[in-house]
Amino acid sequence: MRVVVDLNRCQGYAQCCYAAPDHFELRGHEILFYDPAPSEAKRSQIERAQQACPVRAIEIEPAGLAEGDEP
Amino acid sequence: MPDETLFAQILDPKNRADPYPLYARMRETPVSRQADGSYLVSTHAALRSLIFDPRLSSEDLPPSRRPATGNPLKDWILNPIRNRVVNTHRPLIFRDPPDHDTLRGFVMKEFTIARVRDAHAKVATLVDALIDKCRGRDTVCLVDDLSYPLPVAVICELLGVPEADERQFHAWATRLATALEPDARHDEAGRREIAATFDVISDYMRRLIREKRRHPADDMLSGLAARGGRGRPVMGDIDLISTAILLLVAGHETTVNLITNGMLTLLRHPDELEKLKADPERAPRVIEEILRYEPPVHFRTRKALGAIAVAGATIPAGSSVVLMLAAGNRDPARFTQPDRFDPDRNDNQHFGFGGGLHYCVGAPLARIEAEIALVTLCRRLVAPRLLDDPPPYRAGASLRGPKNLGITIAGIA
Amino acid sequence: MTEVQRLGIVVVGASLAGLRGAEALRDRGYDGPLTLVGDEPHQPYDRPPLSKHVLAGELPPEATVLPQLSRLRARWRLGQPAVALNRERRVLHRADGATLPYAKLLITTGARARTWPGEGADLAGIFTIRTLEDARALWSALACRPNRVIIVGGGLIGCEAASCCRDLGLAVTLVDPNPTPLARLLGTTIGATLAERMRGAGVDFRPKTKVRAFSGEAGQVRRAHLAGGEVLETDLVIVALGATRDTGWLAAAGLAADAGGLTCDGACRAISIAGEPDPDIYAAGDVARWPNPLYGDRPMTVEHWGNAVDQARHAAANMLASASDQIPYRHLPSFWSSQFGLNIKLAGSTEGADALAVVQGTRASQRFLAVYGRAGRTVAALSFDQARWLPAYAEAVAAGASFPPILGATDQPRIEALEPGLPGPRRSPDRGAAALETAHA
Repeated sequence: MRVVVDLNRCQGYAQCCYAAPDHFELRGHEILFYDPAPSEAKRSQIERAQQACPVRAIEIEPAGLAEGDEP
Repeated sequence: MPDETLFAQILDPKNRADPYPLYARMRETPVSRQADGSYLVSTHAALRSLIFDPRLSSEDLPPSRRPATGNPLKDWILNPIRNRVVNTHRPLIFRDPPDHDTLRGFVMKEFTIARVRDAHAKVATLVDALIDKCRGRDTVCLVDDLSYPLPVAVICELLGVPEADERQFHAWATRLATALEPDARHDEAGRREIAATFDVISDYMRRLIREKRRHPADDMLSGLAARGGRGRPVMGDIDLISTAILLLVAGHETTVNLITNGMLTLLRHPDELEKLKADPERAPRVIEEILRYEPPVHFRTRKALGAIAVAGATIPAGSSVVLMLAAGNRDPARFTQPDRFDPDRNDNQHFGFGGGLHYCVGAPLARIEAEIALVTLCRRLVAPRLLDDPPPYRAGASLRGPKNLGITIAGIA
Repeated sequence: MTEVQRLGIVVVGASLAGLRGAEALRDRGYDGPLTLVGDEPHQPYDRPPLSKHVLAGELPPEATVLPQLSRLRARWRLGQPAVALNRERRVLHRADGATLPYAKLLITTGARARTWPGEGADLAGIFTIRTLEDARALWSALACRPNRVIIVGGGLIGCEAASCCRDLGLAVTLVDPNPTPLARLLGTTIGATLAERMRGAGVDFRPKTKVRAFSGEAGQVRRAHLAGGEVLETDLVIVALGATRDTGWLAAAGLAADAGGLTCDGACRAISIAGEPDPDIYAAGDVARWPNPLYGDRPMTVEHWGNAVDQARHAAANMLASASDQIPYRHLPSFWSSQFGLNIKLAGSTEGADALAVVQGTRASQRFLAVYGRAGRTVAALSFDQARWLPAYAEAVAAGASFPPILGATDQPRIEALEPGLPGPRRSPDRGAAALETAHA
């Protein structure tokens, strides 16, 4: 699955790091390092991180979205 | 003409069960001056702007004063010193940067991801055990049976406070939590009681910290009390004590409300309760919506250090500013159908844990406790129904939540 | 059937702006044909990590593919750049000779890394960082543990690359003609703080000098010749000299386009050389130069992530709106950069700033918030590891508050007006004045 974080919005509250510690990590005071391509099996963890973000900076590709493109 | 008595009406216990119509009236004037000179801020946009505003100070507690004892040594020397010490070493929710940042840094270093993750299993076991205790009964009293004992046990374990001492500090914690309530803070007797309670609980913590230094364990207090380079404590003792008290009190007073408000809301929306029961993966959305819809903390007060222009008004320097977080959470300009409980809403940017510098330290733990408690309650309570709607509420208008929540059940699964 | 439903909308440039623009078209109900044309063979990917975590070896380059946030039902035409535009016939020509008709066009072709313009350009071991391929090639080269990396240019990309190389334990020399890193972007006063941090991390920072030429052995770069005559041994060079807007393919299109960008009106419509907006052609992202009402309608290009997203969404909305409902695009430029363990964020534009003040925290602690002023107005706010203060100051910048904007704050030092140390407005025929606005320059 695909994830992107709007790091202009991110203020380093680290809520995603508690929710999905294997995929989000805060470094220094407020540098967020995240995994932009976690396995689909981790979707519920990633969604938990998305929900917990106080500034709603995490965007996730909905499952099965890329299908339906035309040739 | 804006209503200058709205805040007084919010403090009035008869509006505790449903303050939301008052909040709606309040939002008609996003920043409104009250008869006592304070300013209410109630729209999402104005709150968002002020929550980040560095001119709003959190050091707005009236100075602490200890009651006269008749003992001149205490009244003239010891207590004035204690007052001064306490006033300059307040817990971090009443502090501004840079002190706030330093203290918060110490706490965050101990409030590790590993500790929070490890709390999962403990919470799950506790929730099941607490629900098991209700077997054979046809009524659950949610606050006494689960919402209160769960967070207390969790924060005690995390901090390293013996759970056996819980009985002692239950009353202290409840009294100290009133420090967040404006009526108690502005009332002389209330302030003295807060100060006296603070002294008692400080003595308790001082002993406990001494113990932790002698026999460090793998808990937050031991970590906070640890000595750094040159054998000196990393945190000053007085800051350490006020921080420990804050974590203990804040660690459960608010979570009690989150769990209770959550269950109340689900019982009022049985379809949502069923959905959560059928699909526990919905829990994170449900919790965030509870935090918006029925937040554990309804408002916080600040002091304006400079004049602040916001939402077409100007708050003069020196004013007391009431951030009506719960009113912002129901702002129709920010949320579609704000009075609808809808876990499926997207972009749910609520103020349930505050925001900015003072964003709730314990939020990740509160989320875990609320999620496990609500999911397990939905799964295990058979045919739950509200006994009284609305339930009786506790006195606080800011830390607002039911005193108890009677739920009739047909059994425990 | 209307023209748009028959011929559809074509998005030229399949990166962040193109993707978000295409999504916005669908989100707003456009259900006609939608084609995305991209010169790279990849699905849209995220560039900021390329000079950070990808370079540091923490993320494989292909992990940066961006999430699609809405169902696009698009035709993807990737791996073939657009080479020409015929507005009269409403067709787009691609490199493989194919033509593509359009009813409406969204141009999001972005920019390309400026390559080494001097002597030694054909040597192996000289890299840029812009594309996924760039990052992949550079990462493989770094993995061979070069003895010394030379970075040319102390802008954001150069600094981030230097930081990554130090994280990898590689010896790094950063050469920049200015007295400090990020001098053109943040000024030399703030730049000095960063220089200190950079040197503390072990970077050999060489200010006020230039690389005159590279020379090598057997086709591989070996030496950098500095302007002062000094010769540095090196086996890997990263050229971080900014970017030029990808407008070459528009040369014969009759649009006001040059290496500094494609000129647009306030609603993001491309302007023809006759000075009229083309009602069917919009642009967004790095390539678009538009009059920003937040800065007195000064023409700006903003080469940042946030602008790619916002402007593309805005342009998409205007594309679907009637001619009388075109909404001007207002944008507060913002960027972030992580380097040397520090999170740097800017909101606003420092161009032409004549005043600087640290308003929260201290420079000594390297954790602070500073504001830039221009003619008494606050034009930008900068955070070094103080992101939570930034929104209040960004709001003040957007409101055009007087300088300094917020007084009587907590943790506010005695405010002293500092000299920002920014260059005066500069024009070069190559880039135009607009280049000054950009961060990567």
